[in-house]
Amino acid sequence: MAINEETVKQVAKLAKLEIKEEDIQTFTTEMDSIIDMVEQLEELDTEGVEGTYHGISHHNVWREDKAEEGTDKEALFKNVKTRKDGYIEVPAMFDNGGSEA
Amino acid sequence: MNFLDYTLEELHEKLVNKEVTAVDLVEASYKRIEETDESVGAFLGLNKEDALKAARETDEKGIDPDNILSGLPIGIKDNILTKDVVTTAASKMLEDFVPVYDATVVEKLKAVGMITIGKLNMDEFAMGGSTENSAYKLTRNPWDLNKVPGGSSGGSAAAVAAGQVPVSLGSDTGGSVREPAAFTGLVGVKPTYGRVSRYGLIAFGSSLDQIGPFTRTVKDNALVLNAISGYDSKDSTSYHGETTDFTEGIDKGVKGLRIGVPKEYYNEDAKEDGVIKAVREALDLYEKMGAEIVEVSLPHSKYGIPAYYIIASSEASSNLQRFDGIRYGYRSENVESLEDIYVKSRSEGFGLEVKRRIMLGTFSLSSGFYDAHFKKAAQARTLIRNDFDKVFKEVDVLVAPTTTTTAFDIGGKIDDPLAMYMSDILTVPVNLAGVPSLSVPCGFSNDMPVGMQIIGKHFDEQMMYRVAYAFEKETDHLSRKPSLKGGA
Repeated sequence: MAINEETVKQVAKLAKLEIKEEDIQTFTTEMDSIIDMVEQLEELDTEGVEGTYHGISHHNVWREDKAEEGTDKEALFKNVKTRKDGYIEVPAMFDNGGSEA
Repeated sequence: MNFLDYTLEELHEKLVNKEVTAVDLVEASYKRIEETDESVGAFLGLNKEDALKAARETDEKGIDPDNILSGLPIGIKDNILTKDVVTTAASKMLEDFVPVYDATVVEKLKAVGMITIGKLNMDEFAMGGSTENSAYKLTRNPWDLNKVPGGSSGGSAAAVAAGQVPVSLGSDTGGSVREPAAFTGLVGVKPTYGRVSRYGLIAFGSSLDQIGPFTRTVKDNALVLNAISGYDSKDSTSYHGETTDFTEGIDKGVKGLRIGVPKEYYNEDAKEDGVIKAVREALDLYEKMGAEIVEVSLPHSKYGIPAYYIIASSEASSNLQRFDGIRYGYRSENVESLEDIYVKSRSEGFGLEVKRRIMLGTFSLSSGFYDAHFKKAAQARTLIRNDFDKVFKEVDVLVAPTTTTTAFDIGGKIDDPLAMYMSDILTVPVNLAGVPSLSVPCGFSNDMPVGMQIIGKHFDEQMMYRVAYAFEKETDHLSRKPSLKGGA
């Protein structure tokens, strides 16, 4: 086993996901076989090989520092569920709001 | 009026000669959808009023005889933003999401007068190879309704194969245009990375994603790619080079060209030998037409799948962090704290496969695994890219099967994620290397279409289209039409 149920729970926490208790076992088994598969890479000799992190070779892209028309603020609020006084409204973060507090 | 009987050029000619109007074409599209989509299930949403309005305006203005795409209907994959038209990426997360701007490709299509008919089904957030991961509906293969249309752009493929629209757009991160094109007997392209702007494409694997059209013919495909490609200041990874006409030199033939045959892509022990047989027949034909067939090797091909699933999932885990239930998208109602909004909205809004990928990506990027997973995969990617660079010093294009089998049964792989991942084995190396690849129909196996991919050098789509066009002209695969029925 490359990973166990504890690791799955830990990774879920990092990813801000909740895996239901009854699904943990299946999820762990599937994740384990996927991780086994990707770890085939271990056999590959990559000593001294640079990594490729982009689709094509990358270069800096510059533009003139000039103000341009952006998207209308009202339009950006179109998909917001709850709003108040021009802001997005969410439940309280403090006073018992954050589980990590 | 059936779109299976005409090329885009022929439709354009009819518009110019006033045999049909743009309104006729749009109405024909909706009529065909009405007749066939109950069994095919390609569309998630239609925008009939706007499409008819646009068509009327086009007719009033008159068809520009020099603008071949003007007034032609098109379907759009539902991960491409369409202003004021609901765009869901086939996820519950974006059930009621209304974009406030058009993707660059949609703007470009509008600029040439194409008319968007509706939004097409897909695997949720483009993750999958069968369109079975859609949160909304099943899409069926028009050649056999018991089989999948491929994925993730399965709706885009099925709509064109069923004659509902003459062309559609899909997106290809690891094969999501080419595999469904192969499964439904269509031409589908993954352009060179950077060729088409990704602005307004809901991001999956940002260093891999490219948008590409589905069409019935090679030239049609080149024409639509002409319309959507080009530099975009809103996508800093888009290509700065000169604009290219992909139809230029398309009819020059293959005499004297060197066609590479990557031996790793021809697994003779594969489950379905009809696929390799069809591609080998195509190679024989190329040889008869005067091309030189050269066996080559891409030795790191087998590391494509592991490298791809680490890289694509890592990028996805980062890209999909934006779905937090705050600014847009699904928000769980059952929340007491801010943390609750994040966790519950994401857990209720994302489907199983999306969660799997986010989890794999998060794991691969986490401290302790970053070097062994993400960094190692990036190094493997360099080796895969070097393989392509090396063979392209010897040959003009590579020709290989697009998939190892023809379309599989609905339900056949959905409970086995690993088997589903392995079906991308012949398509992912192209995305990792950034090179372009075009899948074209090259025959049939067990009465289902077989696709052959023509892989080109970076930014040499012209050569790829030329080689594909020469084959299409010498063969007659297009005359066979899908049954829109279930299998025996």
